[in-house]
Amino acid sequence: MNAVVELKDVHKSFGSNAVLKGVSFAIPKGQVTAIIGRSGSGKSTALRCINRLEVIDSGTIQVCGHAIHSPDIDLRRLRMDVGIVFQSYNLFPHLTVEENVTLAPVAVKKKSASEARQIAERVLRQVGLADKARAYPEQLSGGQQQRVAIARSLAMEPQVMLFDEVTSALDPQLTGEVLRVIEALAEGGMTMVLVTHEMEFAARVADTLIFMHQGKVWETGPGTMLRDPQTPELREFLAHGL
Amino acid sequence: MISGGLNIHHLYFLLMGAGWTVCLSLIAFVGGGIGGGLVALCRISPLRWLRWLAIGYIQLIQGTPLLVVLFVCYFGISILGFSLPGIVAAGLAMVVYVSAYLGEIWRGCIESVAKTQWEAAECLALSRTQRMRLVILPQAVRIATPPTVGFMVQIVKNTSLASIVGFVELVRAGQLINNSIFQPFVVYVLIACIYFAMCYPLSAWSRKLERRMQFGALKETT
Repeated sequence: MNAVVELKDVHKSFGSNAVLKGVSFAIPKGQVTAIIGRSGSGKSTALRCINRLEVIDSGTIQVCGHAIHSPDIDLRRLRMDVGIVFQSYNLFPHLTVEENVTLAPVAVKKKSASEARQIAERVLRQVGLADKARAYPEQLSGGQQQRVAIARSLAMEPQVMLFDEVTSALDPQLTGEVLRVIEALAEGGMTMVLVTHEMEFAARVADTLIFMHQGKVWETGPGTMLRDPQTPELREFLAHGL
Repeated sequence: MISGGLNIHHLYFLLMGAGWTVCLSLIAFVGGGIGGGLVALCRISPLRWLRWLAIGYIQLIQGTPLLVVLFVCYFGISILGFSLPGIVAAGLAMVVYVSAYLGEIWRGCIESVAKTQWEAAECLALSRTQRMRLVILPQAVRIATPPTVGFMVQIVKNTSLASIVGFVELVRAGQLINNSIFQPFVVYVLIACIYFAMCYPLSAWSRKLERRMQFGALKETT
Protein backbone atom coordinates (compact mmCIF):
# COMPACT_ATOMS: atom_id res chain seq x y z
CA MET A 1 0.00 0.00 0.00
CA ASN A 2 1.39 3.41 -0.86
CA ALA A 3 0.71 5.09 2.44
CA VAL A 4 1.65 8.76 2.67
CA VAL A 5 1.47 8.71 6.44
CA GLU A 6 2.06 5.62 8.53
CA LEU A 7 2.13 5.43 12.33
CA LYS A 8 3.25 2.25 14.05
CA ASP A 9 2.83 1.68 17.77
CA VAL A 10 3.34 5.35 18.64
CA HIS A 11 3.64 6.26 22.32
CA LYS A 12 3.70 9.78 23.66
CA SER A 13 3.49 11.08 27.21
CA PHE A 14 3.44 14.56 28.65
CA GLY A 15 5.15 14.03 31.98
CA SER A 16 3.29 11.20 33.68
CA ASN A 17 0.25 11.66 31.47
CA ALA A 18 0.27 9.04 28.70
CA VAL A 19 -1.57 10.58 25.76
CA LEU A 20 -0.83 8.10 22.98
CA LYS A 21 -0.64 4.46 24.01
CA GLY A 22 0.36 2.51 20.94
CA VAL A 23 -1.33 4.26 18.03
CA SER A 24 -1.06 2.72 14.58
CA PHE A 25 -2.77 3.78 11.38
CA ALA A 26 -1.93 4.41 7.75
CA ILE A 27 -3.23 7.04 5.39
CA PRO A 28 -3.21 6.18 1.67
CA LYS A 29 -2.40 8.74 -0.98
CA GLY A 30 -5.29 10.86 -2.19
CA GLN A 31 -7.57 9.86 0.65
CA VAL A 32 -9.23 11.84 3.38
CA THR A 33 -9.02 10.51 6.90
CA ALA A 34 -10.91 12.02 9.79
CA ILE A 35 -9.90 11.41 13.39
CA ILE A 36 -12.75 11.76 15.85
CA GLY A 37 -13.01 11.28 19.57
CA ARG A 38 -13.50 13.03 22.87
CA SER A 39 -11.32 15.88 24.07
CA GLY A 40 -8.26 14.29 25.61
CA SER A 41 -8.45 11.15 23.51
CA GLY A 42 -5.11 12.03 21.91
CA LYS A 43 -6.37 12.92 18.45
CA SER A 44 -4.76 16.36 18.23
CA THR A 45 -1.52 15.03 19.69
CA ALA A 46 -1.45 12.26 17.08
CA LEU A 47 -1.85 14.88 14.37
CA ARG A 48 0.89 17.10 15.80
CA CYS A 49 3.22 14.11 15.96
CA ILE A 50 2.82 13.64 12.21
CA ASN A 51 4.70 16.85 11.41
CA ARG A 52 6.86 16.58 14.51
CA LEU A 53 5.44 19.50 16.44
CA GLU A 54 5.50 16.87 19.18
CA VAL A 55 8.37 14.40 19.44
CA ILE A 56 7.22 10.83 20.08
CA ASP A 57 8.60 8.63 22.85
CA SER A 58 8.58 5.35 20.93
CA GLY A 59 7.22 3.77 17.79
CA THR A 60 7.74 4.90 14.19
CA ILE A 61 6.11 7.44 11.91
CA GLN A 62 6.78 7.58 8.19
CA VAL A 63 5.52 10.64 6.31
CA CYS A 64 6.20 11.00 2.57
CA GLY A 65 9.40 9.01 2.95
CA HIS A 66 10.60 10.92 6.01
CA ALA A 67 11.23 8.90 9.15
CA ILE A 68 9.80 11.32 11.72
CA HIS A 69 11.04 9.33 14.70
CA SER A 70 14.66 9.51 13.54
CA PRO A 71 16.68 12.12 15.45
CA ASP A 72 18.53 13.38 12.35
CA ILE A 73 15.42 14.11 10.31
CA ASP A 74 15.53 17.17 8.04
CA LEU A 75 12.64 19.10 9.56
CA ARG A 76 12.51 21.72 6.82
CA ARG A 77 12.14 19.13 4.06
CA LEU A 78 9.44 17.41 6.10
CA ARG A 79 7.51 20.66 6.56
CA MET A 80 7.69 21.36 2.84
CA ASP A 81 5.79 18.11 2.28
CA VAL A 82 3.33 18.45 5.15
CA GLY A 83 0.99 21.42 5.54
CA ILE A 84 -0.95 22.10 8.71
CA VAL A 85 -3.88 24.35 9.54
CA PHE A 86 -4.53 25.22 13.18
CA GLN A 87 -7.65 25.82 15.21
CA SER A 88 -6.58 29.41 15.93
CA TYR A 89 -5.54 30.21 12.29
CA ASN A 90 -2.18 31.65 13.41
CA LEU A 91 -1.96 34.06 10.51
CA PHE A 92 0.86 36.59 10.71
CA PRO A 93 -0.93 39.76 11.88
CA HIS A 94 1.69 42.18 10.55
CA LEU A 95 1.38 40.94 6.97
CA THR A 96 -1.39 41.29 4.42
CA VAL A 97 -3.28 38.24 3.22
CA GLU A 98 -1.13 38.08 0.10
CA GLU A 99 2.10 38.48 2.09
CA ASN A 100 1.00 35.74 4.46
CA VAL A 101 0.60 33.44 1.49
CA THR A 102 3.76 34.41 -0.41
CA LEU A 103 6.08 34.49 2.61
CA ALA A 104 7.09 30.83 2.60
CA PRO A 105 7.22 30.29 -1.18
CA VAL A 106 9.64 33.23 -1.45
CA ALA A 107 11.70 32.50 1.68
CA VAL A 108 11.82 28.72 1.47
CA LYS A 109 11.25 27.77 -2.16
CA LYS A 110 13.08 30.85 -3.50
CA LYS A 111 10.25 31.78 -5.84
CA SER A 112 10.49 35.20 -7.45
CA ALA A 113 8.05 37.86 -6.26
CA SER A 114 5.95 37.62 -9.42
CA GLU A 115 5.85 33.82 -9.32
CA ALA A 116 4.80 33.95 -5.69
CA ARG A 117 2.11 36.47 -6.47
CA GLN A 118 0.70 34.15 -9.13
CA ILE A 119 0.67 31.29 -6.63
CA ALA A 120 -1.10 33.53 -4.11
CA GLU A 121 -3.68 34.53 -6.65
CA ARG A 122 -4.37 30.90 -7.51
CA VAL A 123 -4.66 29.59 -3.95
CA LEU A 124 -6.69 32.60 -2.78
CA ARG A 125 -9.10 32.02 -5.64
CA GLN A 126 -9.26 28.39 -4.56
CA VAL A 127 -10.49 29.44 -1.11
CA GLY A 128 -12.71 32.18 -2.52
CA LEU A 129 -10.76 35.17 -1.20
CA ALA A 130 -9.02 36.57 -4.27
CA ASP A 131 -10.50 39.99 -3.50
CA LYS A 132 -8.98 40.11 0.00
CA ALA A 133 -5.31 39.94 -1.01
CA ARG A 134 -4.55 43.41 0.32
CA ALA A 135 -6.47 43.09 3.58
CA TYR A 136 -4.86 42.46 6.95
CA PRO A 137 -5.93 39.39 8.97
CA GLU A 138 -7.64 41.49 11.67
CA GLN A 139 -9.94 42.96 9.03
CA LEU A 140 -11.32 39.51 8.16
CA SER A 141 -13.89 37.30 9.82
CA GLY A 142 -12.78 34.11 11.54
CA GLY A 143 -13.95 31.99 8.64
CA GLN A 144 -12.08 34.15 6.15
CA GLN A 145 -8.93 34.04 8.28
CA GLN A 146 -9.11 30.27 8.41
CA ARG A 147 -9.49 30.11 4.63
CA VAL A 148 -6.41 32.31 4.27
CA ALA A 149 -4.56 29.90 6.57
CA ILE A 150 -5.57 27.05 4.27
CA ALA A 151 -4.40 29.04 1.25
CA ARG A 152 -1.10 29.81 2.97
CA SER A 153 -0.55 26.11 3.49
CA LEU A 154 -1.61 25.24 -0.06
CA ALA A 155 0.87 27.72 -1.50
CA MET A 156 3.68 25.39 -0.42
CA GLU A 157 2.10 22.58 -2.48
CA PRO A 158 2.28 20.00 0.30
CA GLN A 159 1.80 16.29 -0.33
CA VAL A 160 -0.43 15.94 2.68
CA MET A 161 -2.43 18.45 4.70
CA LEU A 162 -3.28 18.22 8.36
CA PHE A 163 -6.30 20.04 9.81
CA ASP A 164 -6.35 20.44 13.58
CA GLU A 165 -9.93 21.20 14.64
CA VAL A 166 -10.00 24.02 12.14
CA THR A 167 -13.64 24.95 12.71
CA SER A 168 -13.75 24.70 16.50
CA ALA A 169 -13.20 28.43 16.98
CA LEU A 170 -15.88 29.39 14.46
CA ASP A 171 -19.60 29.88 14.82
CA PRO A 172 -21.80 27.57 12.72
CA GLN A 173 -22.35 30.12 9.98
CA LEU A 174 -18.62 30.53 9.36
CA THR A 175 -17.91 26.84 9.81
CA GLY A 176 -19.79 26.09 6.59
CA GLU A 177 -17.57 28.22 4.38
CA VAL A 178 -14.40 26.57 5.72
CA LEU A 179 -15.81 23.06 5.38
CA ARG A 180 -16.78 23.75 1.77
CA VAL A 181 -13.15 24.67 1.00
CA ILE A 182 -11.92 21.46 2.62
CA GLU A 183 -14.49 19.46 0.70
CA ALA A 184 -13.35 20.99 -2.59
CA LEU A 185 -9.77 20.05 -1.71
CA ALA A 186 -10.88 16.49 -1.04
CA GLU A 187 -12.53 16.33 -4.45
CA GLY A 188 -9.27 17.60 -5.93
CA GLY A 189 -7.53 14.52 -4.60
CA MET A 190 -5.50 16.12 -1.79
CA THR A 191 -4.34 13.70 0.90
CA MET A 192 -5.74 15.03 4.15
CA VAL A 193 -5.99 14.18 7.82
CA LEU A 194 -8.68 16.03 9.73
CA VAL A 195 -9.13 16.14 13.44
CA THR A 196 -12.67 17.33 13.80
CA HIS A 197 -15.81 17.56 15.88
CA GLU A 198 -18.02 17.92 12.79
CA MET A 199 -19.38 14.36 12.70
CA GLU A 200 -21.74 14.78 9.81
CA PHE A 201 -19.05 16.45 7.72
CA ALA A 202 -16.49 13.79 8.63
CA ALA A 203 -18.85 11.00 7.66
CA ARG A 204 -19.60 12.64 4.32
CA VAL A 205 -16.13 13.74 3.22
CA ALA A 206 -13.75 11.22 4.79
CA ASP A 207 -12.86 7.95 3.12
CA THR A 208 -11.86 6.58 6.50
CA LEU A 209 -12.87 7.50 10.02
CA ILE A 210 -10.64 6.79 12.98
CA PHE A 211 -12.28 6.86 16.40
CA MET A 212 -9.71 7.42 19.11
CA HIS A 213 -10.38 6.67 22.74
CA GLN A 214 -8.02 6.85 25.71
CA GLY A 215 -4.93 7.22 23.58
CA LYS A 216 -5.71 4.32 21.27
CA VAL A 217 -7.30 3.76 17.89
CA TRP A 218 -10.58 2.26 19.05
CA GLU A 219 -12.47 1.79 15.84
CA THR A 220 -11.73 2.37 12.16
CA GLY A 221 -14.08 2.28 9.22
CA PRO A 222 -15.77 4.14 6.39
CA GLY A 223 -18.17 7.04 6.99
CA THR A 224 -21.04 4.63 7.47
CA MET A 225 -19.44 3.32 10.67
CA LEU A 226 -21.13 6.15 12.55
CA ARG A 227 -24.51 4.62 11.76
CA ASP A 228 -23.40 1.23 12.97
CA PRO A 229 -20.87 1.58 15.80
CA GLN A 230 -19.18 -1.68 16.80
CA THR A 231 -17.89 -0.65 20.21
CA PRO A 232 -19.90 0.64 23.17
CA GLU A 233 -17.45 3.56 23.50
CA LEU A 234 -18.16 4.86 20.00
CA ARG A 235 -21.88 4.34 20.53
CA GLU A 236 -21.72 6.35 23.71
CA PHE A 237 -19.57 9.04 22.10
CA LEU A 238 -22.07 9.43 19.27
CA ALA A 239 -25.02 9.47 21.63
CA HIS A 240 -23.62 12.09 23.97
CA GLY A 241 -21.90 14.18 21.38
CA LEU A 242 -18.66 15.75 22.38
CA MET B 1 26.10 89.43 46.35
CA ILE B 2 29.36 90.47 44.86
CA SER B 3 29.05 88.75 41.56
CA GLY B 4 26.68 89.66 38.79
CA GLY B 5 23.58 87.58 38.13
CA LEU B 6 22.74 85.13 35.40
CA ASN B 7 23.39 86.61 31.98
CA ILE B 8 22.94 85.65 28.36
CA HIS B 9 26.40 84.05 28.17
CA HIS B 10 25.50 81.74 31.00
CA LEU B 11 22.34 80.73 29.19
CA TYR B 12 24.31 80.09 26.05
CA PHE B 13 26.76 77.95 28.04
CA LEU B 14 23.86 75.97 29.52
CA LEU B 15 22.40 75.34 26.07
CA MET B 16 25.79 74.12 24.87
CA GLY B 17 25.75 71.72 27.82
CA ALA B 18 22.24 70.64 26.87
CA GLY B 19 23.55 69.98 23.37
CA TRP B 20 26.18 67.64 24.79
CA THR B 21 23.51 65.94 26.90
CA VAL B 22 21.56 65.25 23.71
CA CYS B 23 24.76 64.08 22.04
CA LEU B 24 25.61 61.66 24.85
CA SER B 25 22.00 60.43 24.90
CA LEU B 26 22.18 59.68 21.18
CA ILE B 27 25.46 57.80 21.58
CA ALA B 28 23.92 55.86 24.45
CA PHE B 29 20.77 55.10 22.51
CA VAL B 30 22.34 54.11 19.21
CA GLY B 31 25.24 52.17 20.76
CA GLY B 32 23.04 50.69 23.45
CA GLY B 33 20.39 49.85 20.87
CA ILE B 34 22.86 47.82 18.83
CA GLY B 35 24.30 46.24 21.97
CA GLY B 36 20.83 45.61 23.40
CA GLY B 37 19.73 43.91 20.19
CA LEU B 38 22.71 41.57 20.39
CA VAL B 39 22.11 40.91 24.10
CA ALA B 40 18.43 40.13 23.44
CA LEU B 41 19.30 37.71 20.65
CA CYS B 42 21.96 36.01 22.80
CA ARG B 43 19.49 35.83 25.66
CA ILE B 44 17.09 33.66 23.60
CA SER B 45 19.76 31.77 21.67
CA PRO B 46 19.43 27.98 21.45
CA LEU B 47 23.07 27.82 22.64
CA ARG B 48 23.06 27.47 26.40
CA TRP B 49 26.46 29.08 27.02
CA LEU B 50 25.47 32.16 24.99
CA ARG B 51 22.24 32.48 26.96
CA TRP B 52 24.13 32.26 30.23
CA LEU B 53 26.66 34.80 29.06
CA ALA B 54 23.85 37.26 28.27
CA ILE B 55 22.09 36.57 31.58
CA GLY B 56 25.36 37.12 33.45
CA TYR B 57 25.95 40.41 31.67
CA ILE B 58 22.43 41.67 32.32
CA GLN B 59 22.53 40.66 36.01
CA LEU B 60 25.95 42.23 36.49
CA ILE B 61 24.99 45.59 34.97
CA GLN B 62 21.51 45.72 36.48
CA GLY B 63 23.06 44.97 39.87
CA THR B 64 25.60 47.79 39.62
CA PRO B 65 24.94 51.52 39.97
CA LEU B 66 25.51 53.39 36.71
CA LEU B 67 27.84 55.69 38.62
CA VAL B 68 30.13 52.76 39.38
CA VAL B 69 30.04 51.59 35.77
CA LEU B 70 31.03 55.12 34.82
CA PHE B 71 33.96 55.15 37.25
CA VAL B 72 35.13 51.76 36.07
CA CYS B 73 35.12 52.99 32.48
CA TYR B 74 36.79 56.30 33.31
CA PHE B 75 39.45 55.22 35.82
CA GLY B 76 39.71 51.55 34.90
CA ILE B 77 40.66 52.23 31.34
CA SER B 78 43.11 54.97 32.25
CA ILE B 79 44.89 52.46 34.49
CA LEU B 80 45.39 50.36 31.38
CA GLY B 81 47.35 53.27 30.00
CA PHE B 82 44.73 54.94 27.83
CA SER B 83 43.68 58.41 28.78
CA LEU B 84 40.10 58.75 27.67
CA PRO B 85 38.34 62.05 27.13
CA GLY B 86 35.21 62.40 29.26
CA ILE B 87 32.78 61.87 26.40
CA VAL B 88 34.36 58.57 25.38
CA ALA B 89 34.35 57.17 28.91
CA ALA B 90 30.82 58.44 29.55
CA GLY B 91 29.62 57.17 26.16
CA LEU B 92 31.13 53.76 26.80
CA ALA B 93 29.57 53.51 30.25
CA MET B 94 26.15 54.54 28.91
CA VAL B 95 26.35 52.01 26.06
CA VAL B 96 27.25 49.24 28.51
CA TYR B 97 24.38 50.25 30.79
CA VAL B 98 21.75 50.76 28.06
CA SER B 99 22.68 47.46 26.33
CA ALA B 100 21.84 45.48 29.44
CA TYR B 101 18.49 47.18 30.05
CA LEU B 102 17.31 47.33 26.44
CA GLY B 103 18.49 43.73 25.97
CA GLU B 104 16.22 42.62 28.78
CA ILE B 105 13.27 44.78 27.67
CA TRP B 106 13.53 43.51 24.11
CA ARG B 107 13.92 39.90 25.16
CA GLY B 108 10.59 40.22 26.94
CA CYS B 109 9.02 41.71 23.83
CA ILE B 110 10.35 38.96 21.58
CA GLU B 111 9.10 36.30 23.98
CA SER B 112 5.68 37.93 24.26
CA VAL B 113 4.98 37.19 20.59
CA ALA B 114 2.64 34.20 20.76
CA LYS B 115 4.28 30.76 20.65
CA THR B 116 1.77 29.79 17.97
CA GLN B 117 3.40 32.31 15.63
CA TRP B 118 6.69 30.42 15.96
CA GLU B 119 4.82 27.19 15.36
CA ALA B 120 3.02 28.47 12.28
CA ALA B 121 6.26 29.78 10.82
CA GLU B 122 8.04 26.54 11.64
CA CYS B 123 5.34 24.53 9.89
CA LEU B 124 5.86 26.59 6.74
CA ALA B 125 9.45 25.27 6.66
CA LEU B 126 11.04 28.63 7.50
CA SER B 127 14.51 28.35 9.04
CA ARG B 128 15.07 29.67 12.56
CA THR B 129 16.67 32.86 11.24
CA GLN B 130 13.82 33.40 8.79
CA ARG B 131 11.21 32.83 11.51
CA MET B 132 12.93 35.42 13.64
CA ARG B 133 13.49 37.98 10.90
CA LEU B 134 10.22 37.66 8.95
CA VAL B 135 7.66 36.72 11.58
CA ILE B 136 8.76 37.35 15.17
CA LEU B 137 10.89 40.52 15.06
CA PRO B 138 8.42 42.66 13.07
CA GLN B 139 5.77 41.88 15.70
CA ALA B 140 8.19 42.29 18.60
CA VAL B 141 9.23 45.73 17.35
CA ARG B 142 5.64 46.91 17.57
CA ILE B 143 5.34 45.63 21.11
CA ALA B 144 8.72 47.08 22.06
CA THR B 145 8.20 50.63 20.87
CA PRO B 146 6.38 52.13 23.91
CA PRO B 147 8.72 50.69 26.59
CA THR B 148 11.76 51.61 24.49
CA VAL B 149 10.69 55.22 24.10
CA GLY B 150 9.91 55.26 27.83
CA PHE B 151 13.41 54.02 28.58
CA MET B 152 14.88 56.82 26.45
CA VAL B 153 13.69 59.20 29.18
CA GLN B 154 15.83 57.28 31.68
CA ILE B 155 18.80 57.53 29.34
CA VAL B 156 18.50 61.31 28.99
CA LYS B 157 18.26 61.80 32.75
CA ASN B 158 21.06 59.37 33.55
CA THR B 159 23.53 61.17 31.29
CA SER B 160 23.72 63.74 34.12
CA LEU B 161 26.02 61.33 35.96
CA ALA B 162 28.67 62.01 33.34
CA SER B 163 29.21 65.38 35.04
CA ILE B 164 31.17 63.47 37.71
CA VAL B 165 33.97 62.57 35.32
CA GLY B 166 34.23 66.13 34.14
CA PHE B 167 32.24 65.86 30.94
CA VAL B 168 30.57 69.23 30.45
CA GLU B 169 27.00 68.26 29.75
CA LEU B 170 23.98 70.11 31.13
CA VAL B 171 24.52 69.48 34.85
CA ARG B 172 28.28 70.07 34.72
CA ALA B 173 27.67 73.30 32.80
CA GLY B 174 25.28 74.36 35.55
CA GLN B 175 27.81 73.53 38.26
CA LEU B 176 30.45 75.65 36.49
CA ILE B 177 28.07 78.59 36.20
CA ASN B 178 27.03 78.24 39.80
CA ASN B 179 30.66 78.27 40.88
CA SER B 180 30.95 81.75 39.45
CA ILE B 181 27.59 83.34 40.28
CA PHE B 182 26.54 81.41 43.45
CA GLN B 183 22.87 81.22 42.63
CA PRO B 184 22.25 77.46 42.92
CA PHE B 185 18.48 77.71 43.10
CA VAL B 186 18.10 79.73 39.92
CA VAL B 187 20.65 77.62 38.06
CA TYR B 188 19.28 74.24 39.05
CA VAL B 189 15.66 75.19 38.47
CA LEU B 190 16.71 76.30 35.02
CA ILE B 191 18.48 72.96 34.47
CA ALA B 192 15.42 71.08 35.68
CA CYS B 193 13.30 72.99 33.18
CA ILE B 194 15.64 72.13 30.33
CA TYR B 195 15.64 68.42 31.28
CA PHE B 196 11.87 68.51 31.50
CA ALA B 197 11.64 70.11 28.07
CA MET B 198 13.71 67.24 26.66
CA CYS B 199 12.03 64.38 28.54
CA TYR B 200 8.39 65.38 28.53
CA PRO B 201 7.90 65.02 24.77
CA LEU B 202 9.47 61.58 24.97
CA SER B 203 7.24 60.34 27.76
CA ALA B 204 4.17 61.87 26.13
CA TRP B 205 5.07 60.06 22.92
CA SER B 206 5.55 56.82 24.85
CA ARG B 207 2.10 57.16 26.46
CA LYS B 208 0.55 57.85 23.09
CA LEU B 209 2.18 54.76 21.59
CA GLU B 210 0.98 52.68 24.51
CA ARG B 211 -2.61 53.83 24.06
CA ARG B 212 -2.44 52.97 20.39
CA MET B 213 -1.16 49.48 21.27
CA GLN B 214 -4.02 48.89 23.68
CA PHE B 215 -6.50 49.97 21.06
CA GLY B 216 -4.96 47.50 18.63
CA ALA B 217 -5.16 44.71 21.18
CA LEU B 218 -8.77 45.59 21.92
CA LYS B 219 -9.65 45.47 18.27
CA GLU B 220 -8.09 42.04 17.88
CA THR B 221 -10.13 40.40 20.62
CA THR B 222 -13.51 41.59 19.39
